[in-house]
Amino acid sequence: MSHAFVEVQQAAKRFPGAKGEPDLTVFENVSFQLEKGEFVCIIGHSGCGKSTIMNALAGLDQFSDGTMVMEGKEIDGPGLERGVVFQNYSLLPWLSALENVRFGVRARWKAWSDAKVTEHSLAYLEMVGLKDVVGRKPAQLSGGMRQRVSIARAFATKPKLLLLDEPFGALDALTRGVIQDELIKIWSQDQQTVFMITHDVDEAILLADRILLMTNGPEARIAEAVEIDLPRPRQRGEIVKHPHFYTIRNYLVDFLVNRSGELRTADLDRRGLRYPEAVNPVERASADTPAASDGQRASADTTHDTLVTFTPKETHHG
Amino acid sequence: MDRTTTEWNVSLNARASLLAVVLLVLGLGLWEGLNQVPILGGGGELSEYEQLMAGADETAKVPPPSEVLVRAWEELSNPFYDAGPNDKGIGIQLGYSLYRVLTGYLLAAVIAIPLGFLIGMSPLMYKALNPYIQVLRPISPLAWMPLALFIIQDSEASAIFVIFICSIWPMLLNTAFGVAGVRQDWVNVARTHELSPLKTAFQVILPAAAPTILTGMRISIGIAWLVIVAAEMLVGGTGIGYYVWNEWNNLDLTSVIFSILMIGVVGMLLDLALGAVAKLVAYQE
Repeated sequence: MSHAFVEVQQAAKRFPGAKGEPDLTVFENVSFQLEKGEFVCIIGHSGCGKSTIMNALAGLDQFSDGTMVMEGKEIDGPGLERGVVFQNYSLLPWLSALENVRFGVRARWKAWSDAKVTEHSLAYLEMVGLKDVVGRKPAQLSGGMRQRVSIARAFATKPKLLLLDEPFGALDALTRGVIQDELIKIWSQDQQTVFMITHDVDEAILLADRILLMTNGPEARIAEAVEIDLPRPRQRGEIVKHPHFYTIRNYLVDFLVNRSGELRTADLDRRGLRYPEAVNPVERASADTPAASDGQRASADTTHDTLVTFTPKETHHG
Repeated sequence: MDRTTTEWNVSLNARASLLAVVLLVLGLGLWEGLNQVPILGGGGELSEYEQLMAGADETAKVPPPSEVLVRAWEELSNPFYDAGPNDKGIGIQLGYSLYRVLTGYLLAAVIAIPLGFLIGMSPLMYKALNPYIQVLRPISPLAWMPLALFIIQDSEASAIFVIFICSIWPMLLNTAFGVAGVRQDWVNVARTHELSPLKTAFQVILPAAAPTILTGMRISIGIAWLVIVAAEMLVGGTGIGYYVWNEWNNLDLTSVIFSILMIGVVGMLLDLALGAVAKLVAYQE
């Protein structure tokens, strides 16, 4: 508990209000921990401040309140031990795919020879299946290929913490699936700690060990940390057949559709919540008695037989 | 569909070339036809005026293109002769002008690009310097000439100064604009990779802003070439501007027309050269 890999405590983001009006609080009292080697997704509706949390971890933005500590050191500005994959790829358009990856590798290991930098970069481009197009500029690559280059660049620098900001948000479903598989492959090889924003419930279940659920902004909170204990390695085709899949999925969808807007921040604060409550939807569904403390809980316990199945699209913007 | 498009392109190019040639022939033909020196005395006796003026026409005519072509051939076949201060080959004159333009232009680039970087990166510098830029920029470069002559006391250096002052503004403003407009995403890439400010400037901001900077440089070289002709008419001595004015004083309109054409050709070549450089640094987002 005391020595988590990444520790965020009491974080808040506020914007000064117009004259005479109170400040606008996007989120408040956000605390969570990431363990080493853990894959954590964060889900919430637009405007709840997910991206701010991610950018703050990346060192590109700042909380109005709260602290972030990584391996005992406060996070204060961007650093190479934290790699970022942005939603819009953020490749440098005047460099080829290979040069973009080399850009990261060279920044990470300044003493390396050119040949070694190239070799290392090529290895990661090969891992994402781009061996044949390394000489192309980003404009000559499809969206999926660009995001692969971006992922290769981030993984190639071997950051201790990898931050993914909706990396597949702009991709079509087929491409997304393929790159998710590649992400799993490359992650299981390097065992980095990953913190990822997504809007896609299925994607979160496929990838994550834990999913942080945020209530709606303004004054958003991280309400719960849902444990995904489906066995690894997981595969897109197989995972839906697992008996627990729909229990988890329905729990998440129910949160996004119903509870994220209904949960009052005051309820969460009154319980003196510091870290989000750990929830295991499977255990909770199998328990006969719903938790008495929360009136909303009843609906959460419904199994997949009674719940409408939502497609990921519907959960996008709520 | 593709095939027809290709065919259309080819025939469009061909037709454009044909039209251009037709227009050229038509223009030159009209010019030639309207400016023929009339047959002396209409075939009869010479008038008193014609006798006095050794057969010259009563009203001066613009020399026809055939004469200009002959002069162009003469000048271009021996461009670097030097027969004293008032009689130098066209190559030498153009060389002097190019030397002045390039010196002033490069000096301006050396100052404008780093300064533009500074202004583009720092809102403070932008706000502090913007009023001066806005006042100095619209000043006609030639208005500086008397002051330059007085302070520098050297006509050659004054001409270079005028080129410097006229070519600095487009480069300065475009550099500042390009640098300020670099996408935050790319700057963030540099930040998350812990690049030093100097490396960020050279590896991210410079390549990102290069197309905009090159546009400024291209505008500047065009303006510099426009201004050098006027500046050399004022300072005299050497250069293509002086050459035009000198030939006008000699009432040698054939040479005037020829040198006008040469100014156009050299200006076009300068623009093409910078266009080629711009292509090298261009990128597609």
